[in-house]
Amino acid sequence: MLTVADLHVKYGNIEALHGISLSVEEGEIVALLGANGAGKSTTLMSIMRLAPPEGPVVTKGAISYNGADLLPIPAHNVIAKHGIGLVPEGRHIFGNLTVFENLKLATFARNDKERIGQDYERVFSLFPRLADRRTQRGDLLSGGEQQMLAIGRAFMSGVKFILLDEPSMGLSPLLMLELFRVLKSINESGTTIMVVEQNARLALQYANRAYVLEAGKIVLEGKAEDLATNPEIRRAYLG
Amino acid sequence: MFLETFLQNLLNALQWGSFYALIALGYTMVYGVLLLINFAHGDIFMVGAYVAFFIATLLLGQYSSPFLPPVLVFAITVVATMVITSGVGVAIERIAYRPLRRKGASRLYVVITALMCGLILENGNLALLGASRRNFPEMLSKTAYNIGGVNFTNVKLLVILTTIAVFILLETIVRKTRLGMAMRAISYDRMAVPLMGIPVDTVIVFTFILGSSMAALAGVLFATAYPVLEPYMGALVGWKAFIAAVLGGIGEIRGAFAGGFLLGFIEIFVAALFPSTLRDLIAFSILLVFLSIKPTGIFGVSRATKI
Ligand SMILES: Nc1ncnc2c1ncn2[C@@H]1O[C@H](COP(=O)(O)OP(=O)(O)O)[C@@H](O)[C@H]1O
Ligand SMILES: [Mg+2]
Repeated sequence: MLTVADLHVKYGNIEALHGISLSVEEGEIVALLGANGAGKSTTLMSIMRLAPPEGPVVTKGAISYNGADLLPIPAHNVIAKHGIGLVPEGRHIFGNLTVFENLKLATFARNDKERIGQDYERVFSLFPRLADRRTQRGDLLSGGEQQMLAIGRAFMSGVKFILLDEPSMGLSPLLMLELFRVLKSINESGTTIMVVEQNARLALQYANRAYVLEAGKIVLEGKAEDLATNPEIRRAYLG
Repeated sequence: MFLETFLQNLLNALQWGSFYALIALGYTMVYGVLLLINFAHGDIFMVGAYVAFFIATLLLGQYSSPFLPPVLVFAITVVATMVITSGVGVAIERIAYRPLRRKGASRLYVVITALMCGLILENGNLALLGASRRNFPEMLSKTAYNIGGVNFTNVKLLVILTTIAVFILLETIVRKTRLGMAMRAISYDRMAVPLMGIPVDTVIVFTFILGSSMAALAGVLFATAYPVLEPYMGALVGWKAFIAAVLGGIGEIRGAFAGGFLLGFIEIFVAALFPSTLRDLIAFSILLVFLSIKPTGIFGVSRATKI
């Protein structure tokens, strides 16, 4: 359903992705691995069509989703019309809004009132901490709670496909595990997931397939269990 | 005697504070959303007064009708002026600011562009209508009251009450509606707003509509209270409203009101105590001292977590 073909993108005059191709099928969990600066965030922002200055400019290649060309679509419509959402690196919680306002804002483009109501319930049952803190300002949450809120927001935007950029950053090992369990459960109820993750071992444990990026190119791809036993991966990422 | 004088000045201060507050709103909201000081905004106030002048003149003259009593003409003028002036504000955003934003121009260029837009509005008016002053038609027959030695008119009361109502309305919009929340969200983290499925440009246009229509409202009310219009009428009042916005803490809606009223009070009470030629000198010296003590203004915070 998501197909990225020979994608070249640049920031200013500097090319950051040198022709990457990947695909994600409905219902999958796909991991995107790679060292710092490899271009993982750039890949996700390209798919989301985030505009400069944050996002890169596509110079060549194609991104299509369920048959539609995403390249001319502005970011807000990638979410509202095509149902792909991004939990960005660093969470980007609206610290001046309450937890509930953060969630409500994510329903901006939706008008299916009943489903929205169910989705609030789902978010609060996945993350009871958010329910306890619904009237608290976002910037008063702990790092883990902010990550829950960021995922909850993506969920509330009603998308079928969520991209996550380093969701476990700054979390304790216990919370990391918890996070991936929640992702698995979201996935099992029908949401496709692509996740960028530093903790390759954890990611490969939960993912169906994975891609490895290096300096703007995909250097390895395959089934998660195959990559987990791949000697190169073991040396580079699994220590 | 002392109390009467005090109350008299208080009412005047509230009226002037209202004008400043209504205009300051536009400065503060646009700053909250775009981090842009929209220096054309004072002239939007002037445009509002002129638009109202033409609508009222037509409705009282050529298009007058027995079914249109002056009070109704006033109501129509207020609404139509707010709509048309919003159009001017939005047009400036579209034509002048948005292309710069798309190109990622630095904020200095956008501010200079705003200054130029203001000058174009002033001089465009001068070119079209000439330098002569216009008399704003009287739609509300001014009634003066005297309660316990304090004089006030129905117009003064209208100005003050309208401003309070606007404050409540805007606070509600910004707190409770999704567009209002989006305005606050942009001021905190611009990058994440489109990720919520929100078209940023829509929020920006909404902000300009709110700001311009409030400046237009100030224009009509001002012209009703002081019925002489000239092309540069927005310049000084606009600067003062900008100072009021900074004084209250730019980016904060409450700040626009607090700053507007504070400026009104200082001006009126300084004028009551000192010779009128010293008014602005003393008033702005007080403000200078205030800002050097609290540079973020009354409600301001030092980060861009505004509105
Ligand atoms: N906004 C930006 N402007 C300019 N260069 C950028 C920007 N974002 C990322 N880059 C560059 O693009 C490359 C890929 O970065 P990124 O996608 O963030 O890597 P990763 O997420 O894998 O750590 C890096 O060399 C980085 O310096
Ligand atoms: Mg990254």
